[in-house]
Amino acid sequence: MTVSPDLNVDTVEEIQEASLLRDTMRAFARNRMALLGLVFVALLVFLAIFAPIVSPHDPYRMALDEQFLPPSTTYWLGTDNFGRDVLTRIIYGARISLVVGIVPSLISLIIGTFMGVLSGYIGGKVDFVIMRLADMMIAFPSLLLAMVVMYTLGANLFNIFVALALVGWAGVARVVRSQTLALKEKEFIEAAHANGASRVTIMFRHIFPNVVPTLIVLFSLSIPDAIMWESSLSFLGVGVQPPEASWGLLVSRGKEYLFQAPVVAIAPGVAILLTVLAFNFVGDGLRDALDPSMKD
Amino acid sequence: MNDIVISARNLTKHYHLGGGLGGAGQIVRAVDGVSLDIHERETFALVGESGCGKTTLGRIMLRLQEPSGGEINYRGQELTTLDEKGMRALRKKLQVVFQDPYASLNPRMRIEQILAEPLRAHGYGSAAEIRERCAALLEMVGLRRQYLRSYPHQFSGGQRQRIGIARALANNPDFVVCDESVSALDVSIQAQVLNLLRDLQDELKLTYFFITHDLSVVRQFADRVGVMFLGRLVEVGTTEEIFSAPKHPYTMFLISAVPRADPHQRSRERPILKGEIPSPMDMPNGCRFHTRCPFAQDICRTEDPEPQTQGTRTVACHFPLEA
Repeated sequence: MTVSPDLNVDTVEEIQEASLLRDTMRAFARNRMALLGLVFVALLVFLAIFAPIVSPHDPYRMALDEQFLPPSTTYWLGTDNFGRDVLTRIIYGARISLVVGIVPSLISLIIGTFMGVLSGYIGGKVDFVIMRLADMMIAFPSLLLAMVVMYTLGANLFNIFVALALVGWAGVARVVRSQTLALKEKEFIEAAHANGASRVTIMFRHIFPNVVPTLIVLFSLSIPDAIMWESSLSFLGVGVQPPEASWGLLVSRGKEYLFQAPVVAIAPGVAILLTVLAFNFVGDGLRDALDPSMKD
Repeated sequence: MNDIVISARNLTKHYHLGGGLGGAGQIVRAVDGVSLDIHERETFALVGESGCGKTTLGRIMLRLQEPSGGEINYRGQELTTLDEKGMRALRKKLQVVFQDPYASLNPRMRIEQILAEPLRAHGYGSAAEIRERCAALLEMVGLRRQYLRSYPHQFSGGQRQRIGIARALANNPDFVVCDESVSALDVSIQAQVLNLLRDLQDELKLTYFFITHDLSVVRQFADRVGVMFLGRLVEVGTTEEIFSAPKHPYTMFLISAVPRADPHQRSRERPILKGEIPSPMDMPNGCRFHTRCPFAQDICRTEDPEPQTQGTRTVACHFPLEA
């Protein structure tokens, strides 16, 4: 077939091999704050994994003659009420806080996305049932719900995951559902329908990839949320049990000695703050980088 | 007549608005009793102003939306009673090119994935065969096969529309609805895409159902024209007949509203339609054009004119204009 020649004005050199991963990385690297956040998160992960090697002291060793020492060259952030090194306990706390931040967020993200896409795309009775279920979860005082789960199943890490996922999926489902409803009206969904694509194909190949940027942002926001939740549960005695160290636990125990040794409570608090910020920067950066229309 | 590809009988699409708790709600008659036949390898243009039901008619003819009533017959096969599975199989032959080339391609898919979707859905063949077919499709619409690995945002509007056309043609369709397919493009690109569509029609023996509001495109491109007003087809005829001797007053006003390039003709008096279109929620009695029609008589206010067919023309008017 003949086509007018002026259509092929682009030279071959201009045709760029677009790789989603590479484009995303390039766009991400251009965002300074996101890069900073990523470095911080990476550092945190490194510290958490190699905690026994990098931490200067034993997190459980008590030395009652060394209570509430101020920061010094031996104890960079001082010691707590049992004479334990605060920095070491923060590093060990990163292990639990990171796991508690990431695992339940992932679980609620997976459940919430599945429910949300199903609810939004299928609609009708399916939508009604899923959304009323989500309403119930949201309407119920979530701290109470999490506490009930912890009391009945026992206070351990796995049950924290269960409790947090149970509380978290409903919010994700709502956001994903609203996105799905908007996407459903797009012409490319109708085109897929016109091409004979099945509903499952449309949900997986068309709707889901377009929800991913939202999911990433949700994820980056729910990690700090989960860390705070864990702190609350630990504070109430149904979360992580002493002498384990989690940041929430460190803050809540340390605040009793706030006037004697402020660093004991403030240092883990700052760790939470920085981690939350870092994840948010990474999340924002990823969202911008993943949006193909924002690339040059 | 076995050269009819698709024929619609008395198609309707009503939308129910409001009417939550106890309220009766209102009914919007987007398409209200349309019958038409589309012949093999012709380009049938559907024109009318915004909101008259053109797009809805195109959608329900492919059952992308469910009609509220009426029948659609595609080569002897009744579409309205077909189940989802049967309909999905037939979608191979019934295709659509959308209006907005920016919204009709999934921004997260590579061109190859976009073109492969209809092929996969209908079990075209092995991965290598599908890949080869995608490349061939791209070349057919005048794009390089290297573009297969690109994303939609790397293309211009005209190029995107070509990709949309390539996708519609993936499974060698028979009947293609072009829903305002060139309206979003600027004029020079419009001409290119129209030429492409025409070449493809000759080559692949396609039948087009061409929805547009651009009469100059219709004149250049269509074999037959249907004029739609408020959910009804008010006039059908060949392009030549419609443009040279419109019979329905609405058609006449529509054509006289086309801007003229000749400045000497511009100053001449020409009839301009006054008033607003009646609300599709609150249709006037009788002929639905009578509120704006300068020729309206008493009968027009009480009795809805039935479409009368003579040869190639169909007009729904009590007092059709004489040539």
